[in-house]
Amino acid sequence: MTSVSSIGQFSYCKPGSLQETLKIMAEKGAGARILAGGTDLILQIKQKQKSPSLVVDVKGIGELNRLEYTEALGLCIGAAVPLSKILSFPIVSEKYSMLYQACSVIGSMQIRNRGSLGGNICNAAPSADSAPALLCLGAKVIIASGKKTRIVNLDDFFVGPGITRLEHDELLIEIEIPNPPKQSAGCYLRHTTREEMDISVAGVAAYIELFPELKVPKEVRIAMSAVASTPLRAHSAEALLVDRPITEKTIEQAAQTTVDETKPISDVRASAEYRREIVKVLTKRALRKDCEMLGIDIQG
Amino acid sequence: MAKYSVVGKRVPRIDALSKVTGSAIYSGDISLPGMLHAKIARSPYAHALIKRIDISKALALDGVKAVITADDIPGYKNRSPLLLVEMPHLAQDKVTYESQPVAVVAAISKDIAEKAVGLIKVEYEELPPVLDVLESMKPDTPPIYPNLYTNFISRPPTDVNARPSNIAYHMSVGRGDLDAGFKEADFVLENTFQTQPVHHGYLEPFAAVAKANVDGSKVTVWTQTQGVFSARGMIAEFLGLPATHVNMVPVEIGGAFGGKSFLPLAPLCALLAIKTRQPVRMEMSREEVLKDARPAPGSVNTIKMGVTRQGKITAVSARFIYDAGGFPEMSHTMFVRGNTFAQYKIPNINIEAYDVLTNKIPVTYYRAPSTPQSHFAIESQMDLAAKELGMDPIQFRLLNTAVEGDTAPSGEILPKVGYKETLEKMADYLKTKRSIKGANRGRGIASGFWHGAAGSWGAYVNVNIDGTVTLVIGVTDVSGSRTSVAQIVAEEFGLPMESVSVVVGDTDTAPWASPSVGSQTIYSLSHAVYRACQDAKEQLKRLAAPRLGVDISVIEFAGGHAVAKGDPQKSIPLAALARSSLGFRGEGPVVGRGSIAGLPPAPSIAVHAVDVEVDKETGKVKILSYVVAQDIGLAINPLSVEGQMQGAVAQGIGWALMEGYVFDQGKVQNTSFLDYRLPTAADIPMIDTILVEVNSTTGIYGLRHVGEPPIVGTLAALANAIHNATGVRFKSLPMTPEAILKGIQQVKK
Amino acid sequence: MRIRVNSKEYDIASGPATTLLDVLRYELGLTGTKEGCSTGSCGSCTVLIDHKAVNSCLVIAAEVEGKDIVTIEGLAQDGILHPLQQAFMDAGAVQCGFCTPGIILAAKAFLDSNPHPTESEIRQGISGNLCRCTGYDKIVRAIMSVSRSQRG
Repeated sequence: MTSVSSIGQFSYCKPGSLQETLKIMAEKGAGARILAGGTDLILQIKQKQKSPSLVVDVKGIGELNRLEYTEALGLCIGAAVPLSKILSFPIVSEKYSMLYQACSVIGSMQIRNRGSLGGNICNAAPSADSAPALLCLGAKVIIASGKKTRIVNLDDFFVGPGITRLEHDELLIEIEIPNPPKQSAGCYLRHTTREEMDISVAGVAAYIELFPELKVPKEVRIAMSAVASTPLRAHSAEALLVDRPITEKTIEQAAQTTVDETKPISDVRASAEYRREIVKVLTKRALRKDCEMLGIDIQG
Repeated sequence: MAKYSVVGKRVPRIDALSKVTGSAIYSGDISLPGMLHAKIARSPYAHALIKRIDISKALALDGVKAVITADDIPGYKNRSPLLLVEMPHLAQDKVTYESQPVAVVAAISKDIAEKAVGLIKVEYEELPPVLDVLESMKPDTPPIYPNLYTNFISRPPTDVNARPSNIAYHMSVGRGDLDAGFKEADFVLENTFQTQPVHHGYLEPFAAVAKANVDGSKVTVWTQTQGVFSARGMIAEFLGLPATHVNMVPVEIGGAFGGKSFLPLAPLCALLAIKTRQPVRMEMSREEVLKDARPAPGSVNTIKMGVTRQGKITAVSARFIYDAGGFPEMSHTMFVRGNTFAQYKIPNINIEAYDVLTNKIPVTYYRAPSTPQSHFAIESQMDLAAKELGMDPIQFRLLNTAVEGDTAPSGEILPKVGYKETLEKMADYLKTKRSIKGANRGRGIASGFWHGAAGSWGAYVNVNIDGTVTLVIGVTDVSGSRTSVAQIVAEEFGLPMESVSVVVGDTDTAPWASPSVGSQTIYSLSHAVYRACQDAKEQLKRLAAPRLGVDISVIEFAGGHAVAKGDPQKSIPLAALARSSLGFRGEGPVVGRGSIAGLPPAPSIAVHAVDVEVDKETGKVKILSYVVAQDIGLAINPLSVEGQMQGAVAQGIGWALMEGYVFDQGKVQNTSFLDYRLPTAADIPMIDTILVEVNSTTGIYGLRHVGEPPIVGTLAALANAIHNATGVRFKSLPMTPEAILKGIQQVKK
Repeated sequence: MRIRVNSKEYDIASGPATTLLDVLRYELGLTGTKEGCSTGSCGSCTVLIDHKAVNSCLVIAAEVEGKDIVTIEGLAQDGILHPLQQAFMDAGAVQCGFCTPGIILAAKAFLDSNPHPTESEIRQGISGNLCRCTGYDKIVRAIMSVSRSQRG
């Protein structure tokens, strides 16, 4: 028994209802941490980056474990649903393939069996692999506290590394991803040093939605991870591509503009310069892939 | 291999069952009643003087049973810190790398031990760290150890004008006339290559448990070590006890690769066990392993090579510098002498090698020490020369290959070796493979040499009353040696594998064994085992002859019986012989004895061919195929030999493409597997193996060394492949995607 | 608190701030599950929770109340080895054995949901388990042989 080490000083509770959870959060504030999959939190506690006095296990809360699709609302993913469950929900690979791609590269099989999409978002690492795809798909997050419930566009959710718009007494309930229009396609590409089990050097998601009868983009969304203090959209680059046919030239321009919108740092994984190179390459590749999926012939 | 019935067969490991069911015991699995837990307090500085160590608050903490520092270690008395070979270096008056142990706490729980470590107060005076080997070698760089002189670590220098130095060892070897040799050449290539420090990456972190007897005069230790007897000696010295007062109990080892000959924990556990009279356990976290469990050294290697237009190497002048880190004791220059350029015939050669101190984590031996580093340089240079000649890389090597009777650079005359045969086998194999095509694809060829070592070993064999045979050895099994020696015993006695058991005894009961290093284990241990078998068989023959009414000379062994040759009716079970010998008229138990030392090694070579595809926009490398051919002399167990070759290649791939330490002022920054990248299954292809069997004249059945040769050529093979795929010539490692992309962009300009 | 491991119920005394890995190894003495890195990066600590492979170093014991945990010690049933255990032995996929418990459980969980994988899919599937001894070759072959024998 003396061989067992404590990873921290905290007590544990597993509330049975959302109401109970919100009450605890209101009382404990920053001293409490939400535990879903634990693949980020337990690691951070071990590395002394977080020192909660209470760990609140939300895996028993019905509202956080919903996984549903309706034509009207699109895909609703409870914050605590593990990535592996999302990946085996058929509608995800059928209609949300870019989200499928993103979730399938996070960690390993073991990590995905525990780690949740909600956790990946709330951990708010700049390199969060799920974020670019979710941003492109127009995801919204549903947040609740004892006082109110609100819906926030994911675009407005990330503030800085590890920081989101969640207040201390607020809980992420669900991620809502609208139904992608028929003439749309998206993909997520990322670069790592190893094939698997690696934190991205850079990740790019690109999404194209065409006008109903034309092979011309009505909406383009490009989002990136690991190249700024938060995952972010490349709005200027997007603007270059809408309302006109896609050409190699515009793809090239959009890729360069995407790079201009990044603010990468140099760290143990890669230099800022390399990250910029990768963003350019991945943006081009992602856009070309989208065009292929949409049957667009890219003009010179 | 119709010659043998068990030797040469693909036999599953005899220890595999315990491993696939989780019942195999490793150091960290041992638990004893009343066990204390110990934790190390470590230096936060890469280079500093120690002014004062205050352990009072730690000692006063409830649950703490002992705190030790260097002053408490009997083995340190009257001995300089330079001479603590492979023992824990608790800092005495200075620390020479970040994370160096300074004190150790033993407490009733891990949590209390950790808390107590935080209460130890050490007053340091920080010193500027020496970080680069070339800087360190300069005469005006202050020596890290004021009493260390090159090559005179264990005694004062004879030259009164000698000055202290950061060059711990310097080796020089060569022959011929370099000037004449270079004059004879049609072109001369000179290049400098660098390699990075890398960790062995054994999955099992260090752990140890020690227990003292009632009066503290003897201690029993369980820990991972590549040699229980060498470990025993080290611990005994550390404790100031006679060697036989320490008993090392064998446990399974979760990977070693040369990195577990030194003992960072066991001696500390043993001392604390004696001090507290309670069992003591220690373990290292992965972070501690990456900060303190010694890696392979980085190196800077310069080769100047002269070649004629016909493809003959006329002269080589080479300098190999190894970054020793903060301690001088694990010299790599001593391996350079026998392992560098030895597979080639070079009439005029000079090799200089240096071990140089810096204020970084000290190094230890990793699979073919010094040699993957030297061969990154040598085999890249060979490739460059072949290109200059417009010659096929294997052809160029064949033109310059040494054969039996040639003199190696070390002065050694080569015994029978299989270098030529292995190169030819690879050339033949590549003819059957499609040649590699594509703008971003390339094939790389390289060879890797390993001289090998031998060691001294004992073995005894019990012929049991049920007719089974038990072999007792003291050998740490790192590469499947238990299974291979079981195969030898089965072969020699004509028994099935199920009737043979191998027991690895502790140091109290087993015969002496050298450490399992240098790929020496099966190579030379097999002699001792073979001799023990013959000894036992002679005894059995003497017992059988009168019973069968035949002469001793016609007795053979088959199917668990002693049988008269040509007369199968005349047979008697081994069980009956063993039992009868125990009776009043018997000769006593049948015990065979075997012992060996001084066996000359059987040098071997491995040849690699790797096909890669490079994404020219990201620099990412995909390995399309990998094949390695190795002269293994004779494979006792091809399944095991293949596994060794494949594992070595995978380590080389990691070394070449993704591994490495990130240092900041000498402090390791990537201290977890998140940022020290080992290859995953998705990074490695199937690794094809070609076993070449040019029997040695010294190994039993013609054995050679298996475990180390196959890592040596991997680094250059990949560099050569990447060169062929991209035009980028790498002279430093690792070849990460970022580095490759940078290289491609520079080539474009 | 009660947990169920290898079909047996155990009362756990360790507090909430302890990993499932520590509880298994040090409180229950089930040392087959190994600790290689404690950051969820090596897979040596892999166990099955409700048939799914997870890194037990990133799970706290309290989370698994009421769940079915299987460690390597519980894989063989009534003394009969699981086909993966047999295949690993036969194929030479076991060297030092430290990664073996975790990688066998990961392979089992992987094959349960991917019964007919390609070589590439197997490599991805077990990419959460590091092995330093074998170079993965014989491990992948062992897993392929089991998937082939379970075909049809």
